[in-house]
Amino acid sequence: MTEEIIIAGFGGQGVLSMGQILCYGGVMQGKEVSWMPSYGPEMRGGTANCTAIISDEQISSPVLNEFDTAIVLNQPSMDKFEDAVKPGGLLIYEENGMTRKPERTDINVCSIAAYDESVRMNNTKVFNMIVIGGFLKVRPILELSNVIDGLKKVLPERYHHLVPLNEEAIHKGMDIIKSEHKAD
Amino acid sequence: MKGNEALAEAAIRAGADAYFGYPITPQSEVIEYLMRENPVDRTGMQVLQAESEIAAINMVYGAAGCGKRVMTSSSSPGVSLKMEGISYIAGAELPCVLVNVVRAGPGLGTIQPSQSDYFQAVKGGGHGDYKMIVLAPATVQESVDYVKLGFELAFKYRNPVMILSDGIIGQMMEKVELFEQQPRSKEEPEWATVGKKEGRDSVIVTSLQLQSEEQEKVNLRLQSKYREVEKNEVMYETYNCEDAEYLFAAFGSCARITRKAMEMARKKGIKVGLIRPQTLYPFPVDAISELSERMKGILTVEMNAGQMVEDVRLAVNGKTPVEHFGRFGGVIPSPEEILEALEQKIIGG
Amino acid sequence: MSENTIKNPENLVYEKTSVMTDRVLHYCPGCGHGTAHRMLAEVIDELGIQGDTIGVAPVGCSVLAYYYFDVDMQEAAHGRAPAVATGIKRVLPEKYVFTYQGDGDLAAIGTAETIHACNRGENILVVFINNGIYGMTGGQMAPTTLEGMKSSTSPRGRDVKTMGNPLKITELLAQLPGTYFVTRQSVHTPANVRKTKKALKKALEYQKLDKGTCFVEVVANCPSGWKMTPVQSNKWMEENMFPYYPLGDIKVPEK
Repeated sequence: MTEEIIIAGFGGQGVLSMGQILCYGGVMQGKEVSWMPSYGPEMRGGTANCTAIISDEQISSPVLNEFDTAIVLNQPSMDKFEDAVKPGGLLIYEENGMTRKPERTDINVCSIAAYDESVRMNNTKVFNMIVIGGFLKVRPILELSNVIDGLKKVLPERYHHLVPLNEEAIHKGMDIIKSEHKAD
Repeated sequence: MKGNEALAEAAIRAGADAYFGYPITPQSEVIEYLMRENPVDRTGMQVLQAESEIAAINMVYGAAGCGKRVMTSSSSPGVSLKMEGISYIAGAELPCVLVNVVRAGPGLGTIQPSQSDYFQAVKGGGHGDYKMIVLAPATVQESVDYVKLGFELAFKYRNPVMILSDGIIGQMMEKVELFEQQPRSKEEPEWATVGKKEGRDSVIVTSLQLQSEEQEKVNLRLQSKYREVEKNEVMYETYNCEDAEYLFAAFGSCARITRKAMEMARKKGIKVGLIRPQTLYPFPVDAISELSERMKGILTVEMNAGQMVEDVRLAVNGKTPVEHFGRFGGVIPSPEEILEALEQKIIGG
Repeated sequence: MSENTIKNPENLVYEKTSVMTDRVLHYCPGCGHGTAHRMLAEVIDELGIQGDTIGVAPVGCSVLAYYYFDVDMQEAAHGRAPAVATGIKRVLPEKYVFTYQGDGDLAAIGTAETIHACNRGENILVVFINNGIYGMTGGQMAPTTLEGMKSSTSPRGRDVKTMGNPLKITELLAQLPGTYFVTRQSVHTPANVRKTKKALKKALEYQKLDKGTCFVEVVANCPSGWKMTPVQSNKWMEENMFPYYPLGDIKVPEK
């Protein structure tokens, strides 16, 4: 198993930490992992992205042009990465703020209204965990308990009382993700 | 662990006595991690943010002159500033570990990853006939291991060791096994300024010899040391070279991307192997020379305009065609275009 | 009196300190460096800290200072002595660390290192020899060269409009919270030599108490660079240098 994932969105949406949580989850499950962020000016409020690779084998390149899964959280990210999904791969997008739907028909497309759900949960900070939940529902590559352990690695100790809330968000994400299109 | 943070943790664990640095993207996490970790409480290691890279490297000089294990890190423009001090350190034969998390140049360039400081690291950079031992990690794990190895080599040869990393390895995270905490050394080498002991002459740490004949002796001593380094310390890895007809040569993060291209080529039935120098100085001249005898062509893949390719050509010495493929300015080559370059420049060429 | 009579121990009136080596000083006749060296060496001797002192030599006339002080020493790149001293002091905080620098080294190329070492309050002694000229390279203009003063790179005299003003770096450093004791002295008369020695001694005693940076400027002559006899140069120094660089303590510890 090798899952090559690109996660992209606005800085502040938790894009980088999503990749980290998945990778730490992978470590907990005994996988090889690699996490590579875009860094620089875009870190400070522009668009940010990271590549997360989780594999049973040693990972060669940490930097890729094609991905099994693209998780795009804003329109510029969809514009940039829709074409980078391998045929038969997966594109997950956040509905809020998108002005167009994905156009490709040779990939699987899912949508998730994670922002609206986070507002309903009264905590927009769990937005990214809802998206992770949606991803894991469609691509169950990691066990939930390992992802939670991964989250504990990323989250500073003083926030560990928020772990149950984040777990709830993952479950919400699993419930609300919608399949929009199956690959032709 | 993130590459840069792993370097910092490795410095603490390697028993470093001091780190002096100045922030610059993409390696500021090194000093940030050290300041957060406050190793003075763990091991007594000193950490100081200097007023400039120039000051930092001269602080390294001072502390290394006292026989201590000292490290600094920076990225390309900052390393250019350190070059004066590095030349003095090499001239005074002081041990230290220097890290360059390379970004693209020239000038201020961009903060994105690059390998365009190969010449600076391997051929000199500073003034005078000197060499640094240059280690090129391709993984976060190697970044960690090379800090420890770097101190060992630096003290073995009383010579600066550079870890030539780049923005990819510095910024990426992957699994890493950390070595056990090493004790800080209590040794006082006889060449170190630790206060003049009774019955011995005062120690002078200097790179100055006003008499040409004396300065030539210094140079000859340095050169014979470098020959020893070349004899003993070459490190490289090869992949799929047994049956290969073609060869990739790449170092650092670029070697990982090239490995992906090699896997893709093998799926297409192209018999291609890869050599990855782990030491850029000393360079694996003999290994490349031997391999070149049974290759139809060699492609070096670098994130620069063609630097290591010169050393590969020297090693091959005309035995087989050697071409270069590079992306630069912070652009990372894709495995697809590397494979395409192999097909066009070497197989079709 | 025969030579042997003079050498009898009971007739001894002066003995060279053992902290100075037997090497012949390369300084020009009449230059202040030799006296400044000797005062510092005598102080190290009197405090009994020869084995605990590490010095840093600059680039400039005193580049070879490590030949004359019989203590462990490091040779720094031009202007970088305060950074080198910082490195030494940070890993060997129990040792006495000093730099010995000229005006070009300390107040031109090494200004950043000087100011920041002082600003951090590095617990070191900085000895600053100010003779208003680059001696070693043959008499070029220094940051401290006086207005109108001739040098090989200000042959018509320093024009402050195009060449900048003589830099009172010592006054500037006294402003920094990191400096503890800042003084300006000279070594051109026996009385001044004694004052300089006293200042150096105080500075090293403060270092033991971990008080911060101590800075001792010595306004000195440069007969060769100034193209004067030693006597003329001392007179010229009194008449021209001292009005702009007045002698005395600039910052003293609060009682």
